[in-house]
Amino acid sequence: MIIHKHEVVIVGAGGAGLMAALYASRGGADVAVVSKLYPTRSHTGAALGGIGAALGNLEEDKPLWHAFDTVKGGDYLADQDAALILAENAVDAIVELEHMGLPFDRTPDGKISQRRFGGHTSNFGEKPVRRACHSADRTGHMILQTLYQQCIKNNVNFFDEFHVVDVIMNGDACVGAVALELSTGEFHVFHAKAVFFATGGWGRVWQITSNAHSLTGDGAAVVFRRGIPMEDMEFYQFHPTGLYGLGVLLTEGIRGEGGILLNRNGERFMEKYAPKIKDLASRDVVSRSIYLEVRDGNGIKGSNYVHLDIRPQTVNRYLAEAGETRRIDDDYIRKNLAETLDVCRTYIGVDPLTEPIPIQPTAHYSMGGIPTNIDAEAIWDAQGTVVRGLYAAGEVACVSVHGANRLGTNSLVDLVVFGRRGGMKMAEFVKTAEFLPLPNNPTAQIEAEFQRIRNAKGKTRIHELRTRMQKVMMDHVSVFRTESGMNQAIEELKELRHLYMTDTFIEDRGTKYNTDLMEAWELGCMLDMADSTALSAVNRKESRGAHSREDYKDRDDVNWMVHTLAYRETDDPYAPTPTYRLDTTKKVDTSLANEDERFLPKERTY
Amino acid sequence: MDITFRIRRYNPEAGGKAKPYWQEFELKDVEPTNRVLEMLHRVKWEQDGTLSFRRSCSSGICGSDAMRINGRNMLACKVLVRDVVTGAKNTIQVEPILGLPVLKDLIVDMEPFFAHYREVMPYFINNDPVPANGRERLQSQEDRDIFDDTTNCILCAACTTSCPSFWANGKYVGPAAIVQAHRFIFDSRDQGWKDRLAVLSEPNGVWRCRTIYNCTPACPRHIEVTRAIGEVKLAIQRGKREGIIDPATIPSKFHG
Ligand SMILES: Cc1cc2nc3c(=O)[nH]c(=O)nc-3n(C[C@H](O)[C@H](O)[C@H](O)COP(=O)(O)OP(=O)(O)OC[C@H]3O[C@@H](n4cnc5c(N)ncnc54)[C@H](O)[C@@H]3O)c2cc1C
Ligand code: SF4
Ligand code: FES
Repeated sequence: MIIHKHEVVIVGAGGAGLMAALYASRGGADVAVVSKLYPTRSHTGAALGGIGAALGNLEEDKPLWHAFDTVKGGDYLADQDAALILAENAVDAIVELEHMGLPFDRTPDGKISQRRFGGHTSNFGEKPVRRACHSADRTGHMILQTLYQQCIKNNVNFFDEFHVVDVIMNGDACVGAVALELSTGEFHVFHAKAVFFATGGWGRVWQITSNAHSLTGDGAAVVFRRGIPMEDMEFYQFHPTGLYGLGVLLTEGIRGEGGILLNRNGERFMEKYAPKIKDLASRDVVSRSIYLEVRDGNGIKGSNYVHLDIRPQTVNRYLAEAGETRRIDDDYIRKNLAETLDVCRTYIGVDPLTEPIPIQPTAHYSMGGIPTNIDAEAIWDAQGTVVRGLYAAGEVACVSVHGANRLGTNSLVDLVVFGRRGGMKMAEFVKTAEFLPLPNNPTAQIEAEFQRIRNAKGKTRIHELRTRMQKVMMDHVSVFRTESGMNQAIEELKELRHLYMTDTFIEDRGTKYNTDLMEAWELGCMLDMADSTALSAVNRKESRGAHSREDYKDRDDVNWMVHTLAYRETDDPYAPTPTYRLDTTKKVDTSLANEDERFLPKERTY
Repeated sequence: MDITFRIRRYNPEAGGKAKPYWQEFELKDVEPTNRVLEMLHRVKWEQDGTLSFRRSCSSGICGSDAMRINGRNMLACKVLVRDVVTGAKNTIQVEPILGLPVLKDLIVDMEPFFAHYREVMPYFINNDPVPANGRERLQSQEDRDIFDDTTNCILCAACTTSCPSFWANGKYVGPAAIVQAHRFIFDSRDQGWKDRLAVLSEPNGVWRCRTIYNCTPACPRHIEVTRAIGEVKLAIQRGKREGIIDPATIPSKFHG
């Protein structure tokens, strides 16, 4: 066991982690970043379309309008105080990214260029607005690269390929983390004043996903297992445009540029479901519309997918119909959607310039996660009691700014805004806070669990359990949900957990780069994410945003303007039959609605 | 179809027997449009859990899984089986990238690669105060486009580890580091360009490039690596960065 001591330890080196690292170190803190991947491998690099901020570079825009879209897009479950901070801070945060050198595309007068994106409107839903700042269609890549570059410039300490497998608590305070060094198999203790979780999402819980193989929720799970709740786990977003069969994401930017969804009859079906804003409606709305089309036999060839058409002749026809003067051609698409063309050709051999793209909804983004306040401090309960020393931001966290459904471009905003706030807050905290002592032998429990997994002599392959989990979650805890389906999933998850604890084996008994062992570990963590998702979902008896039930079709603002907090009750983090408890007393913040009735919940029409 | 993987294995913990060797795996029911990475997963998940390789995004953007497939560097997640199978047994040969120490199977030590990356000051430098209005610095789209190509780099190391000059001398910074330097040298907002040109004019800088041209076809992001290196060479020779890149010839972002 090797012990390191840093004032701030950041777990995860995606956009949220690097932003926090940068601002904490600029604030004078001694910072270490611990990441299971090399920082530039983080999934932030996959974000395509853009990052939203009311810069107003091309037309009038206001943070309040951005906050409105965020709240409305989130089906009124977003905390309105946090949504306003998101929208207001976004402007400064994005300008600062430009100051760090991020190569945004430019307007004719040299400012950051902006484009339209689903769900973003001006003047409280009046019409689509150009708000998404972009760098070709690889905005996430440029954010990740730029932040990593600046961290190098600032001499931030990096522990690359260190996999965090536990948080260390001293009473109710977090005092560090345990990581397994992948190249040696050794356990390291990171003693800290502040630990910041920025480990991203857990799309790999589902069968079809846009998420990287590494997105297994293990960061969230280790926190969860130490008694910190998970907030709003039932809200998991399915992106409407995943490449058919693979789940690889096609950016919303395609529809932003004029791309149209068509069913087997060549009908632009979004006209039915969102007459005003059509193909640019929120993700949950579009995903559900595709699901309904498929259910009604309108999928292509009667199958479970539809077409996304970006061919200039199609786009121009609809632009003309809408009375717009803008027209596009092949070159325009080549320039603005290069990544999309590349993906379609490489992965399914389809050329979007000459044929429509087959798409289906894909598991994409977790709105829920570690509950935090607006300064990225993790909280214990519905009253907002802060967990001393523990912070979180990015996809792993739930502030909540995304409510029941995240708007496109708002995740990147979330990363930079709350990563930055958290970084500053930690810099301030560590100036006066002491290092609290580590408990005795902080790695004993986790080392024992790894021994168990490594030496297990059962008959079931990890891969088999993982596939079963992914399938049952896709079938019963995805775009459309019913009581009986979800209960079935919960039962199956129990069985999978039982097998996981009693009947698995791995083949690699080595210490160095034992990816077999790490995949087995990650599966255990995913089961925690799946459990808390399914339990929170079956408990919420309404439909809201991404949580859509066939047996409770309507939103219920009387009973359900609350967040769910799921707790793992069992003290033993590796208990074979964990029990859970749900708390639904945390009320949604509606502070904007108190002053402006446009923020009151109303039916979402697009 | 059925395919055969021929994979270069190395287990550092095999005691005295720790030598690299070839191992074959057969896979049934493979779709020609399956990707090599998925098939490596099938080997690992169905046949041999000890097979070790890096991967994450599985969509060609994270740069984890550069490998030598049939003797050429590629990202395993971006290659379809049908494009690389050869011979009667539909064989695909997979080895670690060359020129970096092999740690286990397909996993190599990336540290020397990142050390070279850090040598070129791969970060934006501008010491002027930010605009008084608190807003962004201005840049024309044309100035932005000049270095667009090299902003695509995902640090996968496919270029550097395909370069004979790098194989011969690991001190050479390598194409990837030059690509990263290029991205800043030609950014009109950046002020560190002279220092970077100085670093790259050292003996282990750009002049180790013999224009062998392995790097450009190896790049999964279709960056015109050799061209970027040439532009940096020219900037060093002329001692300036203006007028080196003709906007009219900027590589198209579209790649066939
Ligand atoms: C294909 C795709 C396109 C997207 N496009 C957009 C877009 O256009 N706009 C937008 O706003 N959002 C977009 N998103 C969403 C957005 O990219 C992600 O939500 C966001 O990047 C998550 O960032 P993060 O910093 O929270 O985590 P990530 O970038 O996922 O980083 C997680 C980090 O945590 C580390 N880590 C994880 N577990 C551990 C552990 N146990 N120990 C140590 N380290 C660990 C990883 O190594 C990694 O460094 C997209 C997502 C996808 C999948
Ligand atoms: S230039 Fe291309 S091949 Fe070289 S590291 Fe960058 S992305 Fe990889
Ligand atoms: S797995 Fe990310 S580039 Fe291949």
